[in-house]
Amino acid sequence: MQSRIARRYAAERRFKALGLGAVLLSGLFLAFLLFVMVGNGARGFTYTHVAVPIDFEATPLTIDASRLDDPDADQLIANAGLSDIVAFAADEALGDGGSALISENAWKEVRSAIKADPNLLIGKSTFELPASSAIDIAAKEGAKGELGARVAALKANGRLSTGIHWPFFRNADATDPAVAGIWGALKGSVLTIVIAFLIAFPTGVLAALYLEEYAPRNRWTDLIEVSINNLAAVPSIIFGLLALAVFINWFGLCQASALVGGLTLALMTMPVIVIAARNAIKAVPPSIRDAALGVGASPVQVVFHHVLPLALPGILTGTIIGMARALGETAPLLLIGMRAFIGDVPNGICAPSTVLPMQIFLWSDEVDRGFVEKTSAAIIVLLIVLLSMNALAIYLRNRFEKRW
Amino acid sequence: MIQDELSIPDPKMKAKGVSVFYGEKQALSDVSIDVGTDLVTAFIGPSGCGKSTFLRSLNRMNDTIAGARVTGAIELDGEDIYAPSMDVVQLRARVGMVFQKPNPFPKSIYDNVAYGPRIHGLAAAKADLDSIVERALVRAGLWDEVKDRLGESGTALSGGQQQRLCIARAIAVDPEVILMDEPCSALDPIATAKIEELIHELRGKYAIVIVTHNMQQAARVSQRTAFFHLGTLVEYGRTTDIFTNPKQDRTKDYITGRYG
Repeated sequence: MQSRIARRYAAERRFKALGLGAVLLSGLFLAFLLFVMVGNGARGFTYTHVAVPIDFEATPLTIDASRLDDPDADQLIANAGLSDIVAFAADEALGDGGSALISENAWKEVRSAIKADPNLLIGKSTFELPASSAIDIAAKEGAKGELGARVAALKANGRLSTGIHWPFFRNADATDPAVAGIWGALKGSVLTIVIAFLIAFPTGVLAALYLEEYAPRNRWTDLIEVSINNLAAVPSIIFGLLALAVFINWFGLCQASALVGGLTLALMTMPVIVIAARNAIKAVPPSIRDAALGVGASPVQVVFHHVLPLALPGILTGTIIGMARALGETAPLLLIGMRAFIGDVPNGICAPSTVLPMQIFLWSDEVDRGFVEKTSAAIIVLLIVLLSMNALAIYLRNRFEKRW
Repeated sequence: MIQDELSIPDPKMKAKGVSVFYGEKQALSDVSIDVGTDLVTAFIGPSGCGKSTFLRSLNRMNDTIAGARVTGAIELDGEDIYAPSMDVVQLRARVGMVFQKPNPFPKSIYDNVAYGPRIHGLAAAKADLDSIVERALVRAGLWDEVKDRLGESGTALSGGQQQRLCIARAIAVDPEVILMDEPCSALDPIATAKIEELIHELRGKYAIVIVTHNMQQAARVSQRTAFFHLGTLVEYGRTTDIFTNPKQDRTKDYITGRYG
């Protein structure tokens, strides 16, 4: 008897130790992930700029200042040879090969500045121009050899400065890390998820309500239940193929767009929502239904006045978890063309767009070293979006949860 | 079955040869009972004897159970409640129900009582609704306890108060009959006494049918008692007769505690 009790206590201690170990291990993984991501990614949000004075007296930009507000002003400035002026100024200021030290897109920053303030065209002013990718990396991480010496010299002259890289939050994808941004993918993700939610949530909840509250229990409903459970387990890439066949080839909807992406993800998320909603509806105590029926509520009133409000926190939690999964989904979107290089921020649900995980995938494949930290930064953005969605789920659950 | 000299001149509800089936299984066979307008009728019997099943067939709550089937005839004021022309929603407004476990909605006390009048459109203005809620709570003997906190959740009340809230909710739609399915089985003796007192007060305003496990309770609150056993109605008569002078041996055995 005594030894038996001792054995039981020992078993309990072992179990506790194992549980604690599991928690610690997962905590460790999480900490490692966050540490690596934040360590690499934080640098992706900043960029190195080089101060370059440009003398428009010596090298004038011949352009009619009154036309700077025209829609084709960008083209006019480009034709006037601004990029050559900027390259020349860089060579002058930074010495031999100076134009290679700034980004090939640096002159576009000058163009924006001129459009904002035409007075810059008179006389000499200093512009903070984005450095080339190599200089940016060297400035942040340090470098050896000729490049290292060059950066050290620039630093000594006080020409280098590092700060928040606003174009990263404004732009879409680009081949040059100095102007590549996350906004295009973020907007694409938001549009896609909103479309997926608007389609999957009402359909899924109505399907669940019908199955739980109205459908008779027979072979057909059993079949439907099994099918839904199986659909939830279908690999996501298959939904991509289905979407390609149905939405693009058959209905001819716009390729690589947030619309088709959202439809695809809705297809994928709906079974998850149906299952979550059915469980939440099942958890509403039958006594509440009886109470409502007992005072003469019709079945529809029972559902919409009582069952649905009580099940809503559970439904929302399940939905948001499903949506978070959809937000991180890449495979099905590969097949509907969202892996293409999209250089513009999407301006509508039918415009070509990409999504955050796809952008991460694309950048991780880039040759330019500048994209390594962009990839990490994009991962941080994706994680922040996901964590805010989960926080929203927790908030909604606590806000609407009724206790009785 | 003995139908004693019981004369209910103008019964509120009339059941004739009622049998209830759950799928293949017969839960109740051939029950005939008249429910008087001004009387409290108690159904007693051991667990699984069919008394709750019969109660639930009086306002068609059995409809919600898949596979449940009722044969025979049940009339409310001479109208067959299982006729296709009978509207179930209307019927349940006329025949209210209080359940075994207090089941207030997880809403405010006010909204609990106001729910029925709202869905049936009984109040045109907010003031009308207020007075309906107040009257129902007064009748249920709960008004003095909750009048200052009508906005609080109904589920925050004690068990006995919750059950009286459920009674208030049932009477707010002004039913003709109130069915009570073991309304005190989840309550302590003091709360039980309050509910019994309430039943006394409600008698005459509504026809009341109560299912109870507690024979003393049946003796205290009712004027007519029906004893069910194994899905049949064994005896139905004046409560005093059933408890002092039962005609059937099975009734006598149950009342004296030989089984049950």
